[in-house]
Amino acid sequence: MNLTLKVWRQQNTKADGKFETYQVKNISHEMSFLEMIDVLNEQLIVEGAEPVAFDHDCREGICGMCSMYIDGKPHGPWQANTTCQLHMRAFKDGDTITIEPWRANAFPVVKDLMVDRSAFDRIIQAGGYISVNTGNAVDGNSLPINKDKADAAFAAAMCIGCGACVAACKNSSAMLFLSAKVSHLALLPQGEPERKSRVMNMVAQMDKEGFGACTNTGACEATCPKEISLTNIARLNQEYLAASITSN
Amino acid sequence: MTWKQVFSTSVGNKLIMALTGIFLILFLVIHAALNACIWAMDGGEMFNKGAHFMGSNVVPRILEIGLFAGFILHIVQSYKLTIKNKKARSVGYEVDYGNRGSKWYSRSMALLGTIVLLFLVIHLTDFWYPNRSNQGFLLGEEINLYLKMQDTFSQLWVVIVYVAGCISLGYHLAHGFQSAFKTLGVHNKRYHIMLSSLGLGFSIVIAVLFALMPISFYMGWV
Repeated sequence: MNLTLKVWRQQNTKADGKFETYQVKNISHEMSFLEMIDVLNEQLIVEGAEPVAFDHDCREGICGMCSMYIDGKPHGPWQANTTCQLHMRAFKDGDTITIEPWRANAFPVVKDLMVDRSAFDRIIQAGGYISVNTGNAVDGNSLPINKDKADAAFAAAMCIGCGACVAACKNSSAMLFLSAKVSHLALLPQGEPERKSRVMNMVAQMDKEGFGACTNTGACEATCPKEISLTNIARLNQEYLAASITSN
Repeated sequence: MTWKQVFSTSVGNKLIMALTGIFLILFLVIHAALNACIWAMDGGEMFNKGAHFMGSNVVPRILEIGLFAGFILHIVQSYKLTIKNKKARSVGYEVDYGNRGSKWYSRSMALLGTIVLLFLVIHLTDFWYPNRSNQGFLLGEEINLYLKMQDTFSQLWVVIVYVAGCISLGYHLAHGFQSAFKTLGVHNKRYHIMLSSLGLGFSIVIAVLFALMPISFYMGWV
């Protein structure tokens, strides 16, 4: 199929960006969206133009690197899906597809469709870890964990930190991401020693990065490629409230 | 960590919104229950007795100050949050996301809240201010509020404004009620479903009850 692509081009963080229109021909329905962008880039290189910069890594939907806002939706039109797992059968011949980077002040555009998501790394550094003593590893089975809690912790740990929640939220809030990281560790005994300081420090870092506040609209949950539940945000609120009340 | 620090973060700001929101919800229950006395079909005797208690007893009058504080805190905090949230994205998207997988009223709380605020100003100017100024803002003599309602709601445009205000309030509550409890940390699935249903029911009942008051006077049902 033949497609018209409207792609955001921006030289660097400080430069003004604009949309450029490109035509791509003979695109197979079997291609992934990123393979279609690869075709565009090969075409641009042949023409002597600069290829479109975009983030990608595993192309298996598990690393969280791809981050395109396609036709008004983070990761495109499919539910519970990453850009790399979006396939061209989602479109039809003659379509015009608009591709933008994530838009949030906390995610500045590095170049074209690439944004700097190191704000997420700094939030994790603020508390998204557990301290483990050195020495022999403890037998996993010696620490009983309730099955429901283990499942809920695993569901939260599914978050790949792609930032689609921020991109979708009208407030550019990072609460779904943060809540997944806090819930993941708060539900497990290993996360207990740093439970209070974790939530307080991570919330403080999130605010420092300039993300907006959550208003529970649910846009993040609807767009999340890993279907992280809004329930985690309520759990984060509970963790925050409990830590606030019981801290010194 | 100080309490000031606790309530200064984005989660702390939400806690203020939730706590004041629930306080205002409780006020709505009392307000609706007292106003429902207009349907006692006694020419407003019971309603005026209730209004007299609220206006002449020192306890509700002190609570009234708390109510104003709750309103002010809720309103100021919401505008501060809205501005902060708008500032988090200075460059918008070319293609609109549409419904974002969310309800329109959940995305329009600031707008709905502003309409409710305008309605509140009109409502206070119509009833609260004339009554309290007649009392010298202390515990002086009150006006006949039932007759005042009858007079105010004899005009169609006033009834339309009040009904529009009640509809806005209903949608504001439809999101606000369940959102407030989520902010307070209710994440248990069972309670979450219960509170969502309760919130929806509450918002409908409150909006309908309040809207029926001006309609009842205009239609001559009371």
